[in-house]
Amino acid sequence: MKKVYNRILSIVGNVISVRAEAVSNEELAEVRTRRGTSLAKVIKIEHDLVSLQVFAGSRGISTDDEVRFLGSPMKVSFSENMLGRIFDGSGKPRDKGPALTENLIEIGGPSVNPSKRIIPKRMIRTNIPMIDVFNSLVVSQKLPIFSVSGEPYNELLARIALQTEVDMIILGGIGLKFDEYMYFKNELEKGGALSRSIFFMHTAADPVVEGLMVPDLCLAVAEQFALAGKDVLVLLTDMTNFADSMKEIAITMEQVPSNRGYPGDLYTQLASRYEKAVDFEGAGSVTVLAATTMPGDDVTHPVPDNTGYITEGQFYLRNGRIEPFGSLSRLKQQVNADTREDHRAIMDGMIQLYAQYIETEEKRSMGFRMSDWDKKLLKYGGLFESQMMDLSVNISLEDALDKGWEILASCFSPDETGFRSELVKKFWPGPKDGTEDQKAKKRSEKAEK
Amino acid sequence: MTGKNIGKITAINGNMIEVAFKQSVIQNEVGYVLVAEERLKSEVIKISGNTAFLQVYEITKGLKVGDQVEFTGELLSVTLGPGILSQVYDGLQNPLPALAEKYDFFLPRGVVLDALDFKKKWHFSPLAKKGDTVYMGSPVGWVPEGIFKHKIMLPFNLEGEYSVESVIAEGDYPITETVAVIKDAKGQKIDVKMHFEWPVKIPISAYTQKMVPTEPMVTKVRIVDTFFPVCKGGTYCIPGPFGAGKTVLQQLTSRYADVDIVIIAACGERAGEVVETLREFPELEDPRTKRSLMERTIIICNTSSMPVAAREASVYTATTLGEYYRQMGLDVLVLADSTSRWAQAMRELSGRLEEIPGEEAFPAYLESRIAEFYERSGYVELPDGSYGSMTIGGTVSPAGGNFEEPVTQATLKVVGAFHGLSRARSDARKFPAIDPLESWTKYNGIIERDKVHEAHRLLRQSNEVHQMMMVVGEEGTSVDDFILYLKGEYLDSVYLQQNGFDPVDAVSDPERQSYVFNKIFEIIKSDFRFESKDTARQFFNDLRQLTIDWNYIKAGSDEFDKQEKAIDKHLKSGNAEAAGSNASEKEQ
Repeated sequence: MKKVYNRILSIVGNVISVRAEAVSNEELAEVRTRRGTSLAKVIKIEHDLVSLQVFAGSRGISTDDEVRFLGSPMKVSFSENMLGRIFDGSGKPRDKGPALTENLIEIGGPSVNPSKRIIPKRMIRTNIPMIDVFNSLVVSQKLPIFSVSGEPYNELLARIALQTEVDMIILGGIGLKFDEYMYFKNELEKGGALSRSIFFMHTAADPVVEGLMVPDLCLAVAEQFALAGKDVLVLLTDMTNFADSMKEIAITMEQVPSNRGYPGDLYTQLASRYEKAVDFEGAGSVTVLAATTMPGDDVTHPVPDNTGYITEGQFYLRNGRIEPFGSLSRLKQQVNADTREDHRAIMDGMIQLYAQYIETEEKRSMGFRMSDWDKKLLKYGGLFESQMMDLSVNISLEDALDKGWEILASCFSPDETGFRSELVKKFWPGPKDGTEDQKAKKRSEKAEK
Repeated sequence: MTGKNIGKITAINGNMIEVAFKQSVIQNEVGYVLVAEERLKSEVIKISGNTAFLQVYEITKGLKVGDQVEFTGELLSVTLGPGILSQVYDGLQNPLPALAEKYDFFLPRGVVLDALDFKKKWHFSPLAKKGDTVYMGSPVGWVPEGIFKHKIMLPFNLEGEYSVESVIAEGDYPITETVAVIKDAKGQKIDVKMHFEWPVKIPISAYTQKMVPTEPMVTKVRIVDTFFPVCKGGTYCIPGPFGAGKTVLQQLTSRYADVDIVIIAACGERAGEVVETLREFPELEDPRTKRSLMERTIIICNTSSMPVAAREASVYTATTLGEYYRQMGLDVLVLADSTSRWAQAMRELSGRLEEIPGEEAFPAYLESRIAEFYERSGYVELPDGSYGSMTIGGTVSPAGGNFEEPVTQATLKVVGAFHGLSRARSDARKFPAIDPLESWTKYNGIIERDKVHEAHRLLRQSNEVHQMMMVVGEEGTSVDDFILYLKGEYLDSVYLQQNGFDPVDAVSDPERQSYVFNKIFEIIKSDFRFESKDTARQFFNDLRQLTIDWNYIKAGSDEFDKQEKAIDKHLKSGNAEAAGSNASEKEQ
């Protein structure tokens, strides 16, 4: 029996309330207005007073509009037919294809039993040295890309999507600009990946609240495909918009805000989404990459801050490059021991030297005289930035490691780098242990300058 | 009780429900929401008139106004008895592997499984005999649990004196068996079984007295044991921004710490991290006992996607289990990762209760709750004259890495040691990223205090020179100051920094630590003179290289001695170089 009510008591923000009975928490309802029908979700029940959040927004709702409870929480269809399709934030088709109604699954389902998870051990190769060498991506990882708006994070996401070997891609757009949406569509089409992709697109032009469902829709579908044995990559952009929508609802509901207006359960809300990343024993996996813009380049802003505590590392995108400091893949230790024996040493050693370079660079900009050591560092920093950090560099992990040694050898003698002697013996290009002719070579280099 | 105490839901707000009741309701008692086939565990947290406010330990999706709630009259409790070790529980002591066996990949809602195996038989040996006078916590017998003697104790809620009527003979029994019968002063008989319930929010205090912790708890992490030690029965906290290595540090401690039992409370953190422990510990060997590490470990796992109210309970569950094993005279370490998530769970609830918020919307009672939690630690003397300890180490995840926030500040007030992690150090890949200039401890460690102070002073001076160099440049710094700076950097890179992923370097036992520390202490106390900064830098670079290589060599091997000689030789060469300008040298 469907229950219909047509007396809306209050309309505040995007939340309406009606008096209704036998309504269950998080149940879905349809609100019929003159402009059309919108979905709404029960978010609070107090005796017979039910508050609903209206996905299409409350604009144009009349107090005598019809609210019809559907008797079940939000569901989404799951089938192979979804591949290549584009849906909106409430799961309705955005392309011209038919609506899918078979095989409905609940979204926001239960959490995976931690004792059924397995230690992720499969590296995802992206051919981006800053990722492969320094912060390897691993199957089932959840990783945000922190960046200021204007940085090419969507380009990076698209490139990772195309270059990595996964069975399918699910793209969730939250508050995406129309041209960014088209960019993703065109890039994946060009790369021939559209037929193994599913889009859930909420654009900036759509009602804000509709974006709230996008991560849940993407992840519920991804989870089902993973259980069916597929390795799924979920891309979410931009999670800050998602958090902002949550903030809007929380404030409308007069919840006590915790930090800069965000609700106190921001961490829990974000975590319940990101934690859907998983590697199922004997089935597929879900890997989550999410763009998170940092308002004002401030990583202590509640959204990136809470995200950082949830995810397994983060990539910082700054000046079109993945920053080596702060960027971190927590799972890299699981995979980088078995790639090549010098992988970890290069990873740590090059960053330590780069940190010294940054310090020297600061001194230089303040006009201090540069010692011989400083000059070496400056040269190193330049090479590192142009040959490793640049996002246009597209080489395999092994080539990148070799390149690392090359850069080191062209700037330093082995003892200056602090690498373990056995590695130096094996990998240092040219003559070892800073012998005479190497020093000579360096002198001549210096002379050239 | 006659008839069930049933209430009805009148309102639902997130994970909080309001329930109208008719009979009496106890503050903090457990109620079950009855929805279809499911029974959702919840706890009374506020009572007002005929309305009880309950936090539900599960997702509240699908609940309706009018649904029934059954009150149990019991506080939220855990089951204590043999079989807890090596278990993986959720925050409410549901065994996760058993859940997985039954329900596969996902955690079903409203399922409660037995925390202990009631069928398994344990080999019981009596310790008490007829006529003995016993008190709460007195052992009546013991069963072997892994490598430990698991004492079967009188439940901790039995006040006063009892005399033993009978004890069962040695043999194999399930934990439901009555192993002893005791009699109180009035002659009333009580059956003692191998298991009993204990409310998690009430500390177990069946000990004679609490003592000041004095014995160092060795973690085999150099910067901790040497510079910022923790004592058995003490408390410490590890605040740090994300990515600074809190969890790696906790994992290392859980592996190598010199204690009997480690309880890991993964509270609102990533599931992946727990999985590492879960999958690796059974394979790893405990260096002390040569048995699997899992045999001495208990994991309480309430990861971030699991219901938030159960997260609040999980730290209490962990400390209660810790206190139980402490009563047997064992050294227990409870690692809570992260207490901030626990505090946030309190905040969420407080918000739903519409309490007046304190700083950053945390409830006003935040500080007292944190203090209560850490105060459950301690080094105690037990009635039989033996000693047990429970050490608590909590990580804190301050928003934005800024320590000036309520949880960090409240924690710093009550702990005995502070291991502050710094973003600057982790960015520079200096691990463990404990900031040697900001951290402190109130405990004494394995190395003489004076030497540690001196080394610490050197680090401070070195840092000052470094700061100065950032302003005046290297050329504006005297060679002596520069050497001071290099010494500090040397100490930092070869001693404070430690490679947690290298099998040798990750584990630095006390003997090795004091040996290496004394060696390095001698070096940094030596008077070096160099002609120029470049020669000084070169000298220290080489020295650093040699010492780092030394760190990777197993102590006691020939190579270890050989490498030490190489270091000595290098030191001599340094002195020889220095002799060119000034021959005053050496105090070794």
